[in-house]
Amino acid sequence: MRWLKRWDWLSGRPLLFGAILGFLLSFPFWGSRYWVDVGFYVGLYALLGLGLNVILGEVGLFNLGHAAFWAIGAYTTAILNVRFGVPTLALLPISALVAAGCAWLVSSPIIHLRGDYLCIVTIALGEIVRLVLINNPGGFTGGPNGIVGIARPSLLGHPIRTSTDFYFLVWAVVALCALALRQVQRSRIGRAWNYIREDEIAAEAMGVDVRALKLLAFVLGAALAGIAGNIFAAKMRMVSPDSFTFMESCLIFCIVLLGGMGSIPGTILGAALVVLFPEVFRPVAQYRLLFFGLALAATMYFRPGGLWPRRRALAAFAKEGER
Amino acid sequence: MLTFVQQLLNGLTIGSFYAFVALGYSLVYAILKLINFAHGDLFGLGAYLGYTVFVYAAGVIGSRFGLWGLLPAGFVAAALGTAGAGLLIERVAYRPIYPIGRLPAVVSALGMAIFLSNFIMAVWGPRYLAYQEAFIPTGFWQIGGFRIRVLQVLILVSSLVLLFVLYYVVEKTTFGAAVRAVALDRETAALMGIDFLKVIRFAFSVGPALGAIAGVFVGMYYRQINFTMGWVYGLKAFTATILGGIGNIPGAMVGGILLGILEALAAGYISAAWKDVFVFAALMLMLVFRPTGLLGEKVAEKV
Repeated sequence: MRWLKRWDWLSGRPLLFGAILGFLLSFPFWGSRYWVDVGFYVGLYALLGLGLNVILGEVGLFNLGHAAFWAIGAYTTAILNVRFGVPTLALLPISALVAAGCAWLVSSPIIHLRGDYLCIVTIALGEIVRLVLINNPGGFTGGPNGIVGIARPSLLGHPIRTSTDFYFLVWAVVALCALALRQVQRSRIGRAWNYIREDEIAAEAMGVDVRALKLLAFVLGAALAGIAGNIFAAKMRMVSPDSFTFMESCLIFCIVLLGGMGSIPGTILGAALVVLFPEVFRPVAQYRLLFFGLALAATMYFRPGGLWPRRRALAAFAKEGER
Repeated sequence: MLTFVQQLLNGLTIGSFYAFVALGYSLVYAILKLINFAHGDLFGLGAYLGYTVFVYAAGVIGSRFGLWGLLPAGFVAAALGTAGAGLLIERVAYRPIYPIGRLPAVVSALGMAIFLSNFIMAVWGPRYLAYQEAFIPTGFWQIGGFRIRVLQVLILVSSLVLLFVLYYVVEKTTFGAAVRAVALDRETAALMGIDFLKVIRFAFSVGPALGAIAGVFVGMYYRQINFTMGWVYGLKAFTATILGGIGNIPGAMVGGILLGILEALAAGYISAAWKDVFVFAALMLMLVFRPTGLLGEKVAEKV
């Protein structure tokens, strides 16, 4: 039966992942510029989805204001670059830190809220951030027009300029984050997160520090959104409050649930669907969002667990049983 | 003092809109524990249906019975049409999904919200539509230094009457007891012979109908409607629902009125641009200190 297992290994996930990786790596060399840009947005939303997946997918905290952290990352980059001339790429970790810091500050007092109440607070948070950006406090955020003229990033003297450059930048970051998150997922922290999602009271009774772990998830998810904000600002070379609406938060929320809660490949698939759907349906431009709404409902009907749900890690038990 | 009274009156008017829409959220939440994100867009649909009836019926009804004949026709048609849409959405997008789980139902609700607002855009176009003067009661009374518009009185009186009727139905009648029983415990209520679907149909027809009435009023009050209005009012009304205590009918009314007054006072005394920031900040503070809302009851955690 050993060969059967080997065959299974070949036909199974690594082959699929290899094919996807090959497609992603080669795509910019044969795809048109337009579709490379679309590929960039898939990567960007995948990054946002991965961030929210930590909060919503792993811990089960309803966050419908994820665009707020994205906005904070983007505006951090814009303000520090345009006003103080800090190189854009150097701002990537700083944007992540600022978004994470803001997340820590605002989520500390609300983290004890459950379910729908947390959901509402995060919606309010997203709106507050957007409104503050529009109202231009201290002339820092540029009001409804936002901030223009963000410098192009450059990596080791090589300027990141073309669509292909940005495509590789965003997908490199997605790959790194996905790998890192996979490690977290399989660690003690990841298991504790899932425990909280499944039964918070039981987790607390077993000595899991629920509050600290929830905060950690929020901060980590926001940091990823901050990174996405930095890349987004660098690509667009401008930021404006219009990009960070409640609708965006909803889309990111749908990405996680379409893909499957807590599933990293699922989240990336969800991002691809959410970004590609309107593109593919461009011929019926006026009705595409109409169909998108229907498709969301239909997906939830046919695959309530998401399109690529995370398989529970039963491997450890199975092996013991074999022995 | 004059500004204060004027702002209070404006706040009460806006607050009644929120209260109307908030009731729809609250009814559905009480029964299904589902945030019906499509409810805001049902409210928008109501505004558009009312507009359409006013435009097309102006010649037939308006010329014969005047404005006060046209208005009830518009309200009734908008309420009925939107109630139908609410029932349809429940049947197609929620009933097959809510037994599966709450999160899929939330996504389905978001999908329906996106669908409805784009449906409105596809049918009526993306531009603002103006409620014409001919459909709006334009009279006003000048009392002392401030003016009271007939429309404002109409809004306040009809909101009070409708909200009282709904309160009476839910709190005092046998059917209302069934609704409250289902809200408490769906399965036990079903065992007691309560028709669960009937209660759901009640929530998904009365809620959208009230929302539609608010939609027509908003069109008359601001004289323009847009396909995105559902999101904006939906969000505010939902805030009002939470403020008052979700799943609680007097709570939704109190929350709506309070939110409207808070907003009007913040706009009048602090800054119109920052009023929404105050509203949402108030919501956050509220939830931090009293997570179940103003009139919400403390629910013990079941283990």
